[in-house]
Amino acid sequence: MHDRQSDEPGATSGRRARGELESGVLAALYGATEPLTARQVRDGLPGDLAYTTVLTILSRLYDKGMLVRHRAGRGYAYAPARDEATHTAERMRSLLEHGADREAVLTRFVSELSEEDEQLLQRLLSGHDGPQHIGRADEGP
Amino acid sequence: MLISVYVPLLITIVIALFAPRAAPLLAPRTAAWSLASAALVASLGWLGSLGLLAFAGLVQIPEVAQEGQWSVAAVRASDPVYLTVAGVAALALLSSVAGLAVAATRQVRHLRWARRECQQLPGETELAVLDMATPEAFALPGKPGRIVVSRGMLRCLGDREREALLAHERAHLRGRHHLFQTLWRLSAAVNPLLRPLSAAGGFVLERWADEEAAVRVGDRAVVARAVGRAALATSANRSRPALAATGGAVPQRVRALLAPPPPRRALPFVAGAALLVVCCGSLADAATDSEQMIETAQHAACVTAQAATAPAVPLHHGPCCEHEHLDGPVRHH
Repeated sequence: MHDRQSDEPGATSGRRARGELESGVLAALYGATEPLTARQVRDGLPGDLAYTTVLTILSRLYDKGMLVRHRAGRGYAYAPARDEATHTAERMRSLLEHGADREAVLTRFVSELSEEDEQLLQRLLSGHDGPQHIGRADEGP
Repeated sequence: MLISVYVPLLITIVIALFAPRAAPLLAPRTAAWSLASAALVASLGWLGSLGLLAFAGLVQIPEVAQEGQWSVAAVRASDPVYLTVAGVAALALLSSVAGLAVAATRQVRHLRWARRECQQLPGETELAVLDMATPEAFALPGKPGRIVVSRGMLRCLGDREREALLAHERAHLRGRHHLFQTLWRLSAAVNPLLRPLSAAGGFVLERWADEEAAVRVGDRAVVARAVGRAALATSANRSRPALAATGGAVPQRVRALLAPPPPRRALPFVAGAALLVVCCGSLADAATDSEQMIETAQHAACVTAQAATAPAVPLHHGPCCEHEHLDGPVRHH
């Protein structure tokens, strides 16, 4: 229902899936502390993606100027181009600080925690993870 | 009229009190839609009731009655709304309408700002990353909407949790959750009693997005961990002191995600639907009564005028009969 302008549902879902993949790739590169090769990016993404698919997305993002790359073995290692993101961050920060009321249209991922909430949350997460799973989210590919 | 005009006011109060409590019992998606329709009907019912009450006072003002050619005496005889009640209703109506106008202007401005930001954020990608260490993540509605996440937030999450975060924000954008929020904000501006409903709505939207993310990622615990980690990282980074009171929204979301998916419950939904029907019914009834009251009073005024000028003219052949079958005894409601 969000793509009424498109007549062809197949094309729409294809474009949407590509957009989502781009987001996943960008998020993975920004989340990493060092440049990643296409294979490393693929291993961090959900599902069973083809290596070439990931490579295509990386090249497209590189062409858009959103990534930088350098030679790593036979291929490239990619990292986010941070100039734009830094610039945007500054503007967004000042916008958010000056217009608290703007939160009216933003849906923040998490709201603020009280100290009690913090302790409760720690208990909930550790209780569920169990000690053997604590580091699970950080494990690399 | 005596009772039916007050029914929507009563229902608004019932909705304001119980809807925020009933909402968490429903599946989030159903809850959001229920709260949206509850807010809509409560606001319209509130405005409608106040309007009819104010109207009942207005028609008792002699100058107005003269203009509309009805008999003030007949209105007073048929309608038992005290002038003070009508006056209070008129004031409440004015403040509600003024509040609505202010809130609507503000909301439109914010939505325009968000849409502009969506276009100005760099890249044409769905995700716009902010290069800042503070964890921050939100959905910015626009055409198309953008997901805005800071580098700090992405760094504090694992691979699958990042996926959960993106799926969560995507659910906000796809579901057009900002429109729900707008509706609740406006209804809270119409009637401050509906503020708790608006807050409950905000929570329900987060739960809705959490559940969609859980379906997408295929693991509720991953989403729970993503929400939990993000919240802990955010509060660790916060310069201002933590809130004193237990807000509890994040722990509630995490707890709900660690539990099995919410069951579908029909009862609160059915109860809500019944309230909405009663509200609309009473409003329609009160409006019809008001209309009949005026017609009766016009007829009475006309009859009096005729009796004064030409007492011999039979009533049912006079011009007073334009209001069809009202030549019986004056009806009281």
